[in-house]
Amino acid sequence: MYVYDQYDQHIIEDRVRQFRDQTRRYLSGELGGEEFRPLRLQNGLYIQRFAPMLRIAVPYGLLSSTQLRKLAYIARHYDKGYAHISTRTNVQFNWPELEEVPEILAELATVQMHAIQTSGNCIRNTTTDQFAGVARDELIDPRPWCEIIRQWSTFHPEFAFLPRKFKIAVNGAVSDRAAIEVHDIGLEAVKNDAGELGFRVSVGGGLGRTPIVGSFINEFLPWQHLLTYLDAILRVYNRYGRRDNKFKARIKILVKALTPEVFAERVDAEWAHLKDGPATLTDDEVQRVSRFFVDPAYRELADQDAELARLDAEHPGFARWRVRNVVAHKKPGYAAVTLSLKKTGVAPGDVTDKQLEAIADLADRYSFGEARNSHEQNMILADVEQAKLFELWQELRELGLATPNIGLLTDIICCPGGDFCSLANAKSIPIAEAIQRRFDDLDYLFDIGNLDLNISGCMNACGHHHIGHIGILGVDKKGAEFYQVSLGGSSGRDASLGQILGPSFAQEAMPDVIEKVINVYVEQRTEDEQFIDTFRRIGIEPFKERVYAANH
Amino acid sequence: MQRIIKGDQVVDETWHLLPKDQTLDGISNCDDVIVPLALWLDHAHALKARDGGLGVWLDSDEPVEEIADDLQHFQVVALNFPAFTDGRHYSSARLLRERYGFKGEIRAIGDVLRDQLFYMRRCGFDAFAIRADRDPYEALEGLKDFSVAYQAAADEPLPLFRRRQV
Repeated sequence: MYVYDQYDQHIIEDRVRQFRDQTRRYLSGELGGEEFRPLRLQNGLYIQRFAPMLRIAVPYGLLSSTQLRKLAYIARHYDKGYAHISTRTNVQFNWPELEEVPEILAELATVQMHAIQTSGNCIRNTTTDQFAGVARDELIDPRPWCEIIRQWSTFHPEFAFLPRKFKIAVNGAVSDRAAIEVHDIGLEAVKNDAGELGFRVSVGGGLGRTPIVGSFINEFLPWQHLLTYLDAILRVYNRYGRRDNKFKARIKILVKALTPEVFAERVDAEWAHLKDGPATLTDDEVQRVSRFFVDPAYRELADQDAELARLDAEHPGFARWRVRNVVAHKKPGYAAVTLSLKKTGVAPGDVTDKQLEAIADLADRYSFGEARNSHEQNMILADVEQAKLFELWQELRELGLATPNIGLLTDIICCPGGDFCSLANAKSIPIAEAIQRRFDDLDYLFDIGNLDLNISGCMNACGHHHIGHIGILGVDKKGAEFYQVSLGGSSGRDASLGQILGPSFAQEAMPDVIEKVINVYVEQRTEDEQFIDTFRRIGIEPFKERVYAANH
Repeated sequence: MQRIIKGDQVVDETWHLLPKDQTLDGISNCDDVIVPLALWLDHAHALKARDGGLGVWLDSDEPVEEIADDLQHFQVVALNFPAFTDGRHYSSARLLRERYGFKGEIRAIGDVLRDQLFYMRRCGFDAFAIRADRDPYEALEGLKDFSVAYQAAADEPLPLFRRRQV
């Protein structure tokens, strides 16, 4: 992974000093609450329902074991012993003291971490495929590009006060595991006929109050021009994006108002001035950054199919875990393993200090000292020898990290909701748990198969409910918490937004509602048909009829 | 008298910032004045004929393209921040410096506060009329927030990746 040099280190140390002084001025009354607010937000610090929430950046989800141990230390000393993995692959602490935040940042800086631009109306953490660099279907490793974008966006002087937040995602593989089309900018690596690398550029996707799938405005942007083109998009947005209404301020509203074609023309007109300027990327720089992402010292191994099949036969639990939590690796004899943070009874995405330390140890022993966060709020050991999978599985079971449910109905994406977040209209964690408890039969879960169930506690959509095959949105109805269900959303290459099923439901009704939806699917599916495909074939009506049928 | 930051120093303000509804009649011949854009667009000829110094100010929704062909007439271009969270003029300042080659003073006016000065200077501002209830001497500290920056901007023609000593 990328290792800071003196420049990178200097910048985050300057930031610690700056934020320490801003906090001091706020606490002494020199800086008013309204003035401090955008400053603390650009450092990931929210004032929440019970305590501040601090969101720490995990650039494109990558963590070293040293960083994991530091996060464990912070969880123990400054929080209540746990952390939360967010849908932007960041790490959140829910209980730090405001006064201690500068100390936490100083601790983080010692392991090349920070909280820069994890909130606020600026360019946020760039995300990518959790299997970057190891996926079999990869065209290029997106991580060096993410790092180049990270440096470009960090304290960009022109774009610190945008109309609204701004999110970028990069995909380098055939499958889109980064959900690029629901980002403000989505970048997809492509090669032209001459074999040269470029990016296909989508703009104006996003979730939140007005969910929209992005529009591709450039089919082939040669890699040298990545940053000048990003500058051009951001400049058009900064100058012409709406600032009169916070709910219409995202770039998607501007793109829609202008039409993608006109927006693209504006970008091209701006880019004409910037293209080939000093921000044009050099081969040297791409190579410098890429050197941090070369393959680790893999051994020459063979795939262990026969041995693993033998273990599967002996240990059904291991077999299940392999089916759901282990994916193929580009290197023979290796596999990528997802650690499920979706055990029933634990808030989705939560991980304790002890687990973080254990994961650090496992990363050191099994996966070259690195781990990753996924936007589905799980963690990954990306480079595990197949011959050690059984041993690793046993250790993960002890740690409560081997629930074999990756991609299944209980692998729920869920925001912190009304239990923590002051923006939320409704709780989300108890809904997730009630659904997990209803679907506690593993055989049935496996039979249902791939299903994304996403829950957001409000229309800000941190739980990505629009792109869940089943989406659940908490709404406020005259002071009471209700839940609206949508079906048919999808985050992949065929991104689509869910359709609302109908009137919302009370909390207690939710497990029944989901069960009815699943029953319709199970009855209607053809052999091997997944939920999303059945939905696309039969439409929303059969689900509506079943769920809203009068009780007999 | 108001004091403002110019370069790295706090100095006495000598320019008169004229309000948006200013008419031509009320302007003295010899004062140094910063006029609103509308007045410039309506009375450029008369304003050029005065003896005093001339500047223009743009509100946050007034694009620099409006004055791009007139820059040789201005010693000062002031850019107004109705709220410090309105970031449009960061782009305006860069365009003035980098695209239109303006060499005069670019002054930040309005809700101008210490914690934004570093970014402003990077974008090409070289004068800062700090909000009246704040101490400009303290605000000077904001110019020193960072000592390294990744991006090329008005203050640094090359991005760090073209300067990095590996």
